[in-house]
Amino acid sequence: MRKFLLGLILWASFLLQTTVFKNLVFTNVAPNLLLIVTVSSGFMRGRKEGMLIGFFSGLLIDLFYGSFFGYYALLYVLIGFFAGSFWDVFFDKDIKMPLILVGISDLALNLVIYATRFLIRGRFRLDVYMVEIILPEIVFTMLMTLILYRIIYAVNHRFQDRSKEGRHSLWAKE
Amino acid sequence: MDKKLENNKQPGSGRMLVVLVIICLGLMAATLVSDFVADPVRAGAGYVITPFQNGINQIGKFIDKQLSGFRDTKALVEENKTLQKRIEELMEDNNQTILDVQELERLQELYKLDRSYLEYTKIPAEVISRDPGSWYSTFVINRGAADGIQEGMNVLAGGGLVGIVTKTGQNWAEVQSIIHDESSVSAMVVPTQENCIVKGNLQRMDTGLLEFSGLKDDDNLVKEGAAIVTSAISSQYLPGLLIGYVADVQDDPNKLTKSGTLTPAVSFRNIREVLVIRELKQTKENSN
Repeated sequence: MRKFLLGLILWASFLLQTTVFKNLVFTNVAPNLLLIVTVSSGFMRGRKEGMLIGFFSGLLIDLFYGSFFGYYALLYVLIGFFAGSFWDVFFDKDIKMPLILVGISDLALNLVIYATRFLIRGRFRLDVYMVEIILPEIVFTMLMTLILYRIIYAVNHRFQDRSKEGRHSLWAKE
Repeated sequence: MDKKLENNKQPGSGRMLVVLVIICLGLMAATLVSDFVADPVRAGAGYVITPFQNGINQIGKFIDKQLSGFRDTKALVEENKTLQKRIEELMEDNNQTILDVQELERLQELYKLDRSYLEYTKIPAEVISRDPGSWYSTFVINRGAADGIQEGMNVLAGGGLVGIVTKTGQNWAEVQSIIHDESSVSAMVVPTQENCIVKGNLQRMDTGLLEFSGLKDDDNLVKEGAAIVTSAISSQYLPGLLIGYVADVQDDPNKLTKSGTLTPAVSFRNIREVLVIRELKQTKENSN
């Protein structure tokens, strides 16, 4: 059931990211919902699930967009692994940590895309791309995290395997 | 490497990372050789994704229509006033335009602008989704191989060139637009029939301009407003499709060629409907 719901969230994120957000918000910059799903899954459930969700997110993009099949899958697997490494500090509903992780991941993702697809073709103005594309996308994505993370958290919480019950937040101790 | 990646609380995650990375690299390598890996998956995925994108698109259109009915009357009265003024202005402009059109017709005959592309058979299609990332300007339309669309077919909208089909599924096709950062089109400037290259550039995206380069123009005949069309020597685009009009021209540092910017004939901000030309450009490879 949890897997089915996660799949549904992934599928809906892709649909929203390619239609509504692309048409309504701004012409070129849209929040990266698939990245949020990947980071959240890794953070809540560990590296393995993060990598798997990342793999499927990337594959979805590769299927319809992008010129190298497997390119986005690779990037999202790495993001899933990265987010999963912070599974140790996942304890409760706290949203600060996933926000930070989403921000870092989105920055890294876009820098890699810039370096591998733009810089090698002689597009050197990283400052311009930073201000006009990368930063707006990070801001939008972090804003959307506030909503989407809670949904994924609810799904996970409802159908979790109770393995982490009884543990308390690092932040709650203070 | 495994030892470093492995941590006690997540056994096996390091190995999984290695396996997944190898799968991804393998897929990438396979696409370099041929596209067969992705094709069957694409065909299946099209049925799970495309109908829904289509639906969302229809809902969006419906909402657009409904919202336009709810504008308040005050604003409408204001608008009416300004529009009345505009009409008077436009009436005067119109007279001038009639004169200009006559001149244009005369000049077009002089240019012998190839207008035969109006006779190609075209397939109408709707844009249903756009690239999920922020870097590229590709979009997906709701017609695919089942409707006779093939890779390499040219796509038009509003009388100008939009782009080229780069991927097809059963019921969808991906179009790479000419404003795409990796797009380059072999083009020709109408007044002098000289060739140049038209490229998309993400940095110019917000101004809506394209770049052209490599234009030979020793007699300074190319001025602002000159039409740029696809050239006959292009390997991907049918000849004579309107790309846009020159916005400015500059000498290149080598003093032999010129480059500059052009305003595309198509407004890329809100493309909804496009036309796909069913004819493929004849090349050495496909002419036998």
